[in-house]
Amino acid sequence: MIRSEHITIEKVRQILEQVTDPEIPVLSIIDLGILRDIRINGSGLELILTPTYSGCPAMDTIRIQTRMVLLQNGIYGVKITTLLSPAWTTDWMTESGKEKLRAFGIAPPNSKQQVCDTKLFHEEEAIQCPHCRSYKTRLISQFGSTACKALYQCNDCREPFDYFKCH
Amino acid sequence: MENRLSYTLYLADSALILSHRNSEWTGHGPVLEQDIAISNIALDLIGQARNFYDYAARQINQSGLNDPATEDSLAYLRDVPEFKNCLLAELPRGDWAVTILRQFFFSAYQTLLFEKLQHSGVDDLAAIAEKSLKEATYHLRWSSEWVIRLGDGTQESRSRILDALDQLWMYTGELLEPAHYELAAAVEGYGPDPATLKETWLEKIQEVFEEAVLPVPGNEWMQTGGKTGKHTEHLGQLLAEMQFMQRAYPGCEW
Repeated sequence: MIRSEHITIEKVRQILEQVTDPEIPVLSIIDLGILRDIRINGSGLELILTPTYSGCPAMDTIRIQTRMVLLQNGIYGVKITTLLSPAWTTDWMTESGKEKLRAFGIAPPNSKQQVCDTKLFHEEEAIQCPHCRSYKTRLISQFGSTACKALYQCNDCREPFDYFKCH
Repeated sequence: MENRLSYTLYLADSALILSHRNSEWTGHGPVLEQDIAISNIALDLIGQARNFYDYAARQINQSGLNDPATEDSLAYLRDVPEFKNCLLAELPRGDWAVTILRQFFFSAYQTLLFEKLQHSGVDDLAAIAEKSLKEATYHLRWSSEWVIRLGDGTQESRSRILDALDQLWMYTGELLEPAHYELAAAVEGYGPDPATLKETWLEKIQEVFEEAVLPVPGNEWMQTGGKTGKHTEHLGQLLAEMQFMQRAYPGCEW
């Protein structure tokens, strides 16, 4: 429970910057764009979260971590509501989030949203290698180490890398 | 209410059971990248199943007629005749060709279904469909490309996928033949009549089979029953494994 005069939406947002994706620890839930809304009303604080993928196991951890971080700041009894629609898209990832991904060695989703279509052996726009910045890269597998990533390899520096695929 | 619940459970059960079959490949895939891919697909499907079960449980609890339900009780504490999944989902995983071809048939169906279901008159179903459609599209592309690789690949891969086609084709008709609750869904405007998806589904199969140099079987006899709880012996064996912990230690938590 909180008393609304003591807490502001801005303050909550600041606190939630500390909640990161357990699979990609450089990204906060704000960078990812999965925190859709912060509501403060008479009965307390409500957070609206949307999942990245239906079966993403990180979501449970993120909900627990969110409660923990708020608790450390004296805010408890938070209501966390999961919202499926509108469905999350990589378009909601912040620009600073994309930069953090690149620095972490994961190619960020292309800024031109290429949602998967069913065209066979469809070639995506070139993905830039996060290590040497070359565009001469190739897809190894559409499904990578987690549901949100694809596996690529750079033809120039030969490094394999994860690509946070458009969704 | 009864029909909508059955419809929701059909969607949930089909996703869960296929997810379980695909998860049997985890650690056993033919190559690492494809082991990861099929496991990712299993994960997407289990996420979809959870969302549908969650909605089904809310319907049950709001009605107040039955014992309270949760997504877990629906997955772990129901018996074979109560499951409404399509038969295609419960068949043993077979070899890689069977797994790929089954996924292709199912994903082609799921993408068409979700395209319609995202405009459902029931908000919960529409939201789950909108979320799941993007995932199913990736599954369809991946499985299509594999059907082509196997069909137009080596002599060995070709003979295996032809065998898989022999085994699986007679279970595809059920996807597009409406059960009574799907007809009710169509009448009440919260789900499409699957018969209306049939033509587009066949076109997709033809498009990919042409590339894969595979024959599209003609109008053959189709096995149905799963949607109304009449299952093959395989589902009982699958549930015996999947539900073991909850049956042996009721209420146990991780």
